[in-house]
Amino acid sequence: MKKMLALLLALTMAFALVACGGNNSSNTGNNSGNNTANDQTGDDSTAAGGEVYYLNFKPEQDAQWQELAQLYTEETGVPVTVVTAASGEYETNLMSEMGKSNPPTLFQVNGPVGLANWKDYCYDLSDSAVYGELTSDEYALKDGDAVLGIAYVIESYGIIVNKTLLAEAGYGVEDIQSFEDLKKVAEDITARKDELGFAAFTSAGMDGSSDWRFKTHLANLPIYFEYQDKGISSTDAIEGTYLDNYKAIWDLYINNSTCSPTELAGKTGDDSKNEFLNGEAVFFQNGSWEYANLVGEGKYTDEDLAMIPIYIGAGDEANQGLCTGTENYWCVNNSASEENIQATLDFLYWCVTSETGTQAMGGGEGAMPSGEPGMSFVIPFKGAIESPNLFVKQDAEMLAAGKTPVSWNFTTMPSEEWKNGVGSALTAYAAGTGDWDGVVTAFVDGWASEYALANG
Amino acid sequence: MQRSLKRWWPVFLLPTFAAFCVGFIYPFIQGLYLSFCKFITIDNPTWNGLANYIYAFTDASFRQSFLFSAAFTIVSTLAINVAAFAIALALTRAIKGTNLFRTVFFMPNLIGGIVLGYIWQILLNCVLSLLEKPLLSLDATYGFWGLIILMCWQQIGYMMIIYIAGLQSIPSDYLEAAKIDGATSWQTLWRIKIPNVMPSITICTFLTLTNGFKLFDQNLALTAGEPAHASEGLALNIYYTFYARSGPQWKGYGQAKAVLFCLLVIAISLIQLRATRSKEVQQ
Repeated sequence: MKKMLALLLALTMAFALVACGGNNSSNTGNNSGNNTANDQTGDDSTAAGGEVYYLNFKPEQDAQWQELAQLYTEETGVPVTVVTAASGEYETNLMSEMGKSNPPTLFQVNGPVGLANWKDYCYDLSDSAVYGELTSDEYALKDGDAVLGIAYVIESYGIIVNKTLLAEAGYGVEDIQSFEDLKKVAEDITARKDELGFAAFTSAGMDGSSDWRFKTHLANLPIYFEYQDKGISSTDAIEGTYLDNYKAIWDLYINNSTCSPTELAGKTGDDSKNEFLNGEAVFFQNGSWEYANLVGEGKYTDEDLAMIPIYIGAGDEANQGLCTGTENYWCVNNSASEENIQATLDFLYWCVTSETGTQAMGGGEGAMPSGEPGMSFVIPFKGAIESPNLFVKQDAEMLAAGKTPVSWNFTTMPSEEWKNGVGSALTAYAAGTGDWDGVVTAFVDGWASEYALANG
Repeated sequence: MQRSLKRWWPVFLLPTFAAFCVGFIYPFIQGLYLSFCKFITIDNPTWNGLANYIYAFTDASFRQSFLFSAAFTIVSTLAINVAAFAIALALTRAIKGTNLFRTVFFMPNLIGGIVLGYIWQILLNCVLSLLEKPLLSLDATYGFWGLIILMCWQQIGYMMIIYIAGLQSIPSDYLEAAKIDGATSWQTLWRIKIPNVMPSITICTFLTLTNGFKLFDQNLALTAGEPAHASEGLALNIYYTFYARSGPQWKGYGQAKAVLFCLLVIAISLIQLRATRSKEVQQ
């Protein structure tokens, strides 16, 4: 009996020890799963004089970054770790990683508002080689004279059109040159919905996976036109001069959609994408990052699709281009050691200048040395290759035709909280449980109060 | 045996105690310190005095989420315990398939809160849309009852197992004596069974009470606090305070709220433990 009890206690203790150890090893397991490069060269990392730890924001490009990291390590012997945060969890991950003894040497912020959190951690890149590779200074994120962030990808969004369906309805992309045109076409499609068998717009889902398309991206347009009128690039109080136009386009989206406006509160991003892929709707508001999801085996070809500007009936519509900009800025951690900072800068320079790097970042099908597709990014660096992305090409064509791209002013939105407030109000308005005044209040008053809270 | 225990207790106790210090006491003290600071990462805070607590106490959304959490906790604690106890009573009778039923009722507890939240969101939204009512994220009342349904579904099985164990440990001579004395089944329930399962009731109310206040995953997945924070519990409010705005002061505010939240949960559970413990009887 005594022996049994002693054995039992010993087992309990062993279990407790194993349980603790188990936890630890699963943590490192996580890291090494993402990071084979570090393990291979872990021993001579100090000899090589520094290492790179990149906390990546874009989950859809994780595989490419992992491969690129490994290639760089093989080429130079400098260990590169890439860890990717789950969608929507970047800020949380960054906060905890930055607190560790081995913090990321390379991380991302989404623009001026994101920089507010992290500017004390950003290394001044103004003397770096990678900054010299930027094609234009507007892609640098500055605080006074210091260059704290460098954009590494330029993206465009607008209304993606299924040209085949549009032709079935008797229209072409060239018929849509203004908000009035868009409204006419959309309402005509809705009127003949049963006969045609498809709707004008995919569902404007307000689930968290989709609401950013409207509370952030669509809301950019009234903000942009107001900024243009006033000649400013950010503000502490928005007036909402173009909110009537915002209402007009939102009404158009929700009343000419695949589903009733009352159901939008529960519709997801995947719902919307699948409706578009299944040919249930002609128009789909989204961006160039959706390209790989829409074109390919069993999906559409380049001939089927086009992206048109989001017209809201404001400004010079004849010369309006796509909404083009960035919310992905690289920042180098200034609290990292000298060697690690240098290693990181070298890595970035390699990414945007070497053949492997530019191919991987800009190329499409088969651009990675392993034969996998590249990231299809448009990178604002001198060594950039031409992107195979249709929407990106269209953006370039529109620019060449003298159209003015709509800049991404949503990076100046005062806080996430502001976006959530607008999103809530839009959802309630669509479902009829709230009115448009609620949206106006969230937009205008919310801006002032959130700006004060965030900068107070 | 006693002697060797006396000699060897540190070997058994210290590893766990060390883990407790590293995993709980140290972070708790650090968290307490951080609640008086502004910070982005936890290793370079700047002192902010009582400003964080002043904000936490004056923040209307924090008060509102407290009311939501309190209402949720009261309703869910009652609903879960009553239902779990009723099912436990039913499943301790000699009926066919009790083991199967016990397993079935217990199973929802094995699914994580986030997953359950999304599944129930789809289910409830389907029902609401068929009834042509506003969906979950549009009406806080539906959000509230949706959460209650979800938590009941998830937790009743777990509490049921605890009650079953309690009911089975009642000595059968008590029940027999009551029967011989002519007690009705209602009297047996109130006079014999309930007083004897008081330890189980203590544990179950403790668990449901603290779970109700600490509710996070399910809240985030089912309603995310929509519409406009009206279905937001305390834990979710703290999360949004932390992450919905940029700037070091917000981490401090969130941390102060988290400390208050922790103290609140500890206080409420201590009161509850004292109250139900006093009702326990010695067998």
